[in-house]
Parts: sequence; structure tokens; C-alpha cells
Amino acid sequence: MNLRPADDRVHDFEEVDTGLPEQTAVLEALRCMECPRPMCVQGCPVSIDIPAFISAIAQEQFRDAARILKQDNMLPAICGRVCPQENQCQGSCIMSKKGKPVRIGALERFIADWERENGVESPGVAPSTGKQVAVVGSGPAGITAASELARAGHSVTIFESLHKAGGVLTYGIPAFRLPKDIVEFEIDQVLAMGAVLRLNHIVGRSVPVDELLRYDAVLIGTGAGLPYFMGIEGENLNGVYSANEFLTRVNLMHADQFPEYDTPVIRGSRVAVVGGGNVAMDSARVARRLGAKVYLIYRRREEDLPARADEVQNAIDEGVEMVCCSNPVRILGGPEVRGVECVRMDMCELDASGRPIPRPLEGEESHFTLDVDMVIEAIGQGPNPLLSGLIPDLERGPKGTIVVDDGGRTSIPHVFAAGDIATGAATVIWAMGSAKKAARSINQMLAGEE
Amino acid sequence: MYKIQHADKIAENIYEFWINAPHVAPNAQAGQFVVIRIDGKGERIPLTISAVDGENVRIVFMAVGKTTTQLADLGTGDQIQDIAGPLGVPSEVKDWGRCAVIGGGVGIACLPILARALKDAGNTVTGIIGARNESLLILEDELRDACDELVVCTDDGSTGFHGFPADILKKLVAEEVVDAVWIIGPAIMMKITSMATREAGIPTFVSLNPIMVDGTGMCGSCRVTVGGETRFACVDGPEFDAHLVDWDELMTRQRIYPEQEKKSLERYHEHTCRCGERK
Ligand SMILES: Cc1cc2nc3c(=O)[nH]c(=O)nc-3n(C[C@H](O)[C@H](O)[C@H](O)COP(=O)(O)OP(=O)(O)OC[C@H]3O[C@@H](n4cnc5c(N)ncnc54)[C@H](O)[C@@H]3O)c2cc1C
Ligand SMILES: Cc1cc2nc3c(=O)[nH]c(=O)nc-3n(C[C@H](O)[C@H](O)[C@H](O)COP(=O)(O)OP(=O)(O)OC[C@H]3O[C@@H](n4cnc5c(N)ncnc54)[C@H](O)[C@@H]3O)c2cc1C
Ligand code: SF4
Ligand code: SF4
Ligand code: FES
Repeated sequence: MNLRPADDRVHDFEEVDTGLPEQTAVLEALRCMECPRPMCVQGCPVSIDIPAFISAIAQEQFRDAARILKQDNMLPAICGRVCPQENQCQGSCIMSKKGKPVRIGALERFIADWERENGVESPGVAPSTGKQVAVVGSGPAGITAASELARAGHSVTIFESLHKAGGVLTYGIPAFRLPKDIVEFEIDQVLAMGAVLRLNHIVGRSVPVDELLRYDAVLIGTGAGLPYFMGIEGENLNGVYSANEFLTRVNLMHADQFPEYDTPVIRGSRVAVVGGGNVAMDSARVARRLGAKVYLIYRRREEDLPARADEVQNAIDEGVEMVCCSNPVRILGGPEVRGVECVRMDMCELDASGRPIPRPLEGEESHFTLDVDMVIEAIGQGPNPLLSGLIPDLERGPKGTIVVDDGGRTSIPHVFAAGDIATGAATVIWAMGSAKKAARSINQMLAGEE
Repeated sequence: MYKIQHADKIAENIYEFWINAPHVAPNAQAGQFVVIRIDGKGERIPLTISAVDGENVRIVFMAVGKTTTQLADLGTGDQIQDIAGPLGVPSEVKDWGRCAVIGGGVGIACLPILARALKDAGNTVTGIIGARNESLLILEDELRDACDELVVCTDDGSTGFHGFPADILKKLVAEEVVDAVWIIGPAIMMKITSMATREAGIPTFVSLNPIMVDGTGMCGSCRVTVGGETRFACVDGPEFDAHLVDWDELMTRQRIYPEQEKKSLERYHEHTCRCGERK
């Protein structure tokens, strides 16, 4: 990674990783062995032809590399930045056995950025089929599906309840990891193919369910936006945020620029973030950029943190203090937060997968209090219940997800679902992969009807 | 962009706007609200849908802070950037029998659409509206028309009954002539007024107004405690059983940003004075 120095970047929201310069990219591409049976492709949820696009880079055929990428991934500038590559393509690369895997994600990003600067080739759009398809939600799942469906010649309408498209890419992931102009650019590409975007439209409310079901096909990509709370004492004190609220205030509403922008956010001086995933890391790093001393409270050990390894390191470098093997039991204060009481966790016992089972310690020394004036809970999100709860006959799983088969088909014949609403909170690339499958099923169904 | 079809000042500091919102109006029901954002730098604020006419929705609001003051400075023909809705669960409209709908201050604005829906469902509807004084009373004629009976109260006795809607409600409860009650207004007014029906166990709904961001259930800013459980007012409400609401928590959570709100409004006033933008 080409990272800006931590004490420089911690004062702004500009991108932390500045990307590979052209020469470095070509040299990195030359490291690829072009394996005949490439392990990396198996690691990528959308099976990008990785050796082929890397080989094109090695030959400095950047336009070709972009074409190869776009065959399987419409949003390479985004995936190249936020995919958990260490568990996916790069994690499977044969070169990791010899020490260092090929930096596939960085190369993917390099090509996407190159293409954006050098003019994007618009993909051909099939002649109009006259079929109307509704896509609900404009996150990675909705955008990917809309792009596939528009390309097949259907008339596509994307409904988004917020005033801006992009889902988590827009309101959740901070700009220093994913600049917002890139998200906008990629969405504009989809709209350029003729898809229509209707903002401020809450499907189920602005668009009633019977109206929705009149479309020839429907794709639901409403995401996992429902924030969970721990359910501990003091949770509704002023100064306790869900990660979603904190990140939305800053990323979507620009509260970091208050009062230039109207939406406020509390600028804690000492902030506790609870959780250990990407959402927790993002919250902690945003809080640092708003000037706070930040503690990240996680119940397992530091090596168990589920967030991307790179982002954990970035957070540490930026001064986030990890308070591991600890769990909050009570938030103190009233009406404002004055502290958080935690219990230390015992990590002796391992579960079947080898991860330690956290159990609260007992005794006098087991509890401690962190002196903080703000708490951000980033302990997970559930499927967005708003729309799925309003559609009768739509089968849902125990946790509120929409039940789908391998092709994204739901219990209603012309209704499909993809992304986090179907899988539970996952990743951008999984959302895209499932959306592509669902779009393929829709195309098949609509072709059969003709 | 959404056009303000008609803007009117209807009382001291209270404004009535009709906004063209074809995606909101046709499906809006009593008890629901919209979220609006004036411009690209604006905050998202919730406002109750007060009436609907074709493609237009009516909002009635009091200018209290930066956003509502800026909104009040707009006029007929101006546009706002965003309006999303209808949001929230509609009021539980059914044949209850005899209903009382009670509004305090700008909360009166929520009553016309509700009173009409209740009447259409076969109820006899008594409206009770209250304000500090005569000059703050709104929508009196419209409500007289929408309800079977309307009682007007003022705190200072400048018109109508000298006292609070709670006094009238107590009387209705004592006479056993009410089967369901809606109370909409400032939190403290809803808290106190709803005590009148608690003992008799009369179903009583209140429309809670915590600070919101998205209004779609995604952030939890609007969480309230009802019956000991955390609920999101924007998607589980905004109407809840008055007798189960943790009022003190609601009122505390409405005051999370006092300094920022003050700063934002002061900055707006300074700006409008300098540019002479203010109409
Ligand atoms: C802070 C954060 C950081 C993350 N970091 C990473 C990362 O580094 N790498 C990674 O791969 N993944 C990451 N993820 C996960 C990833 O962002 C999600 O898995 C992905 O965005 C899911 O896409 P989606 O399209 O299913 O849903 P979403 O992105 O959630 O989009 C759903 C959209 O639907 C809209 N919607 C909901 N209901 C309605 C309705 N009724 N009508 C109209 N519109 C509606 C919502 O407003 C939203 O815009 C992160 C998530 C978060 C929250
Ligand atoms: C579901 C719902 C429906 C609403 N309907 C209406 C309506 O029909 N008409 C109307 O005038 N107002 C209504 N409100 C309140 C309205 O949203 C606030 O007045 C508005 O957000 C204030 O914005 P501001 O920037 O002008 O003021 P701010 O600067 O944000 O606040 C100024 C003052 O208003 C108070 N305030 C802020 N937010 C709220 C709130 N949500 N509720 C009560 N007081 C608040 C603050 O404590 C402060 O004293 C409703 C609120 C909710 C949640
Ligand atoms: S999409 Fe993600 S997993 Fe697939 S090759 Fe690109 S970075 Fe790797
Ligand atoms: S596994 Fe690694 S070396 Fe082999 S083709 Fe993939 S990227 Fe290249
Ligand atoms: S306002 Fe965000 S969840 Fe209700």
C-alpha cells in the first residue's frame, strides 16, 4: 500500500491509500506467474479472470485490462479499494506461499482509476425489450443488478429511500477509504445505460407494494441497515450513537463540516467504539479525525479482530487504542455520557473453529471504567425490515433475511433479492456477485416470457 | 427539486406550505410524516403530513431553529431539494366509537387529516385544541368542519375555554363519553394530558417527536423507550401508547445538540442580514 503518513492523514478525510504509480503497477503485474489453474480466481466471489487482466497490465495494455475486469465486475474502482482481498483473491494467490501474494486489489484499483482518467468505454446496450424492472435500493447489489438489467435492454427504475444513491458506499464507508466522487462516477455509468434513479422513494410507502408487484420483475436490494444495540444500561444517554448514525451524520450529511453544513454531530473528546469489524474501525477512524482520543473495545483478542487486517493496522497507526478482551456492561452518566464500565473477558477456552470463547471474569479486579464522553456501538446490523415486512407471502429467514435460492429467486415468482438483505451483513463483492446471479435469473425469466 | 405550490403564514411564527410531491401525496395517511431537506447543505428534518390534495401535501411548522427558519423564508414558487415519504406507521383508524383528537400548539396541524379519517371510519370525533393565546391558534375553522364538535382552549383565556385541553379531556373521561384518544403536541403537553386517561385505561395515542436523521429505520437516532423496550419512532411509530412512553428520556434526547442548534441559527441570521436575502 502507498499510505499517507498517519499524523498527516488523521486531520482530513482525503484518501489514505494513494494507489500504485504506473511503473510500480507494471512491475507488480510482472510478479504474477499466470498460473494455468489460478487459485486467485477461485478466491474471488465473482471469478474475475485475474491472470488475464494482470497479464495485460504487464504488457501495458491498460485498456484491455479494463475490458477484462469489466466482464465480471462493474465496480472495480470500489472493489479494488474495499474488498477483503487478504481473505479472497490475494489470500488464495500461490505467491502467498512464498511470502508475498500479488497485490491483485491494488492492480484492480489501478486499472479502474486509469480508465476513469482516460475515458470509459460504455458497454453496449441490447435493443429495448419493453419489459419494466424495478430495483429497490441503490447499494452495490441494486447498482450491479440495474447495470446488468439495463444492458439486457429492459427498462429499469431504481428506487432509493435516501436523497443520495450508493447505500453503504455512500453513507457508511468513509471517504478516506472510498472517495465519494468514485462512487458517484460508477453510479453515473449505470445511469448512462438508461436506468432511471428515483431518490426519496421509500418502497412500501411512496411506492405501495401492489404497485411494486405490477412490474414485470422486481429485485430487492435493501441491505442490512438495521443497527443492533447491546441492550445495556445507559444506552439511550445523550452521546451514545449507533455506528450507522455516527457515520451517516458525517459521511452523508457532512457533519464534520458543521456549521457550513447544517447537521450536527457530537465531537467527543474521549470516545469508546464498541465492536471489532470494519464498521467499528471506520467509526474509530472517523472519531479520530473529529479530534477525539479513541478507544476500541473488543471482547476477544487483538488477533481475533474480524476487520480487514490492513484497516486494523491503519487504525492503530492513526492512534486508536485497542482495548481487547473487554466488554461494556454499563454506560455511565446522565443526561450526557460520562464513562463506560467494562468487564474483562477470560479467553481460555476455544470453540470448534479455534476461536476463543469470551467469558466475563469474576472478582474484584474484573471490572474497570473508561472515562469517555461518547460511545459508538458497532456491534452489527440486521436486514432492513421495512419493505420485506410489508410484502405478504414473501418468505423470510429466522433473522429477517429474504429467503432466496442460488439464482436469487424468492418465494414470489417474479420477485428476486440480492445483497445483504438476502445474505445478512456481508461484503460489497458478495452483494455484487449475488446481484449478478439474480439479474441473470431475471433475464432468463423475461426472455422466456416473450 | 420539489415546488412549494403555496406558502402562507398562519399565526405568529407558524407557517403552512403546500409542496408538490407526487410520490408522497397519493399514498399518505393520517399519522405519517415526511422528511425534507431544503438544499445540498441542509439537515433532514421530519414534519407531519397535515393534509393532502391531489399531488400536493401540506406541512405546518413552527420556525424554531435554523432549518425551520430558513424554510419560513421561502415562499410560493420556491423549491426545496428533497422530500421523502410518507414515513411511519399510519394511525390506527377503525371504528372506535367516540374519539377525541387533541392538539397543542403546532401539533394542532396533525389533526385535520386524522379527524377526517376517523370520521370516515364511522367515529364521532371531538376536537380539542389548545395554545398559549388566541394569536397562536391555527386551523380552527378547518377543524370545526372536520370534527363533530370542537373545543378551543387558551392558557390565558384570550378565547374559548380558559385552561388546558387536559381539563376538557378529564371531563370527557369522567362522563365516560370517549373510547379512544389522540394527543399531539410538545412532549410535556402529551405527557401531562395523557395522564387523564391512564386510570380509565382508555386507548391513548401520542405522536412522538425525537430527533431523526434518515427516518427509515437505519440509524437509531429516534429511539424511544416504550413499555421498557427500545423502539425506533420513525418506523415503529411515530404513534405509540401514551401510557407506556418514557417521557423523561424522550425530552432529554430532544436536547442533544443545544449549542450547535444555537450556533447554526445565529450563523443563519448573520448571513441573511448581510446578504439581505430575508424576505
Ligand atoms: C461502515 C461499513 C463499512 C464496511 N466496509 C466494508 C469493506 O471494507 N469491504 C466490504 O466488502 N464490505 C464492507 N461493508 C459491507 C458492505 O458495505 C455491504 O455488505 C454492502 O454495502 C451491501 O450492499 P447492498 O446493496 O446489499 O446494501 P446497502 O449498501 O445497504 O444498500 C441498500 C440500499 O437500499 C436502500 N433501501 C432500503 N430500504 C429501502 C426501501 N424500502 N425503498 C428504497 N430504498 C431502500 C437503502 O437506503 C440503501 O441505500 C461495510 C459496511 C459498513 C456499514
Ligand atoms: C415525526 C415528527 C413529526 C414532526 N412534525 C412537525 C410538524 O408538523 N411541525 C413542526 O413544526 N414540527 C414538527 N416536528 C418537529 C420538527 O422536526 C423540528 O421542529 C425541526 O426538526 C427543528 O429543526 P430546526 O433546524 O428548525 O431546529 P433545531 O435547531 O434543530 O432545533 C431548535 C429547537 O427545536 C427543538 N427540536 C429539534 N428537533 C426537534 C424535534 N424533533 N421535535 C421537537 N423539538 C425539536 C430543539 O430542542 C430546539 O429547542 C416533528 C418531529 C417529528 C420527529
Ligand atoms: S473483486 Fe475483490 S476479490 Fe475479486 S479480484 Fe477484485 S479485489 Fe479480488
Ligand atoms: S494465483 Fe497469484 S500468481 Fe497465480 S495467477 Fe493468480 S495472481 Fe497470478
Ligand atoms: S431516524 Fe434513523 S432510525 Fe429513525
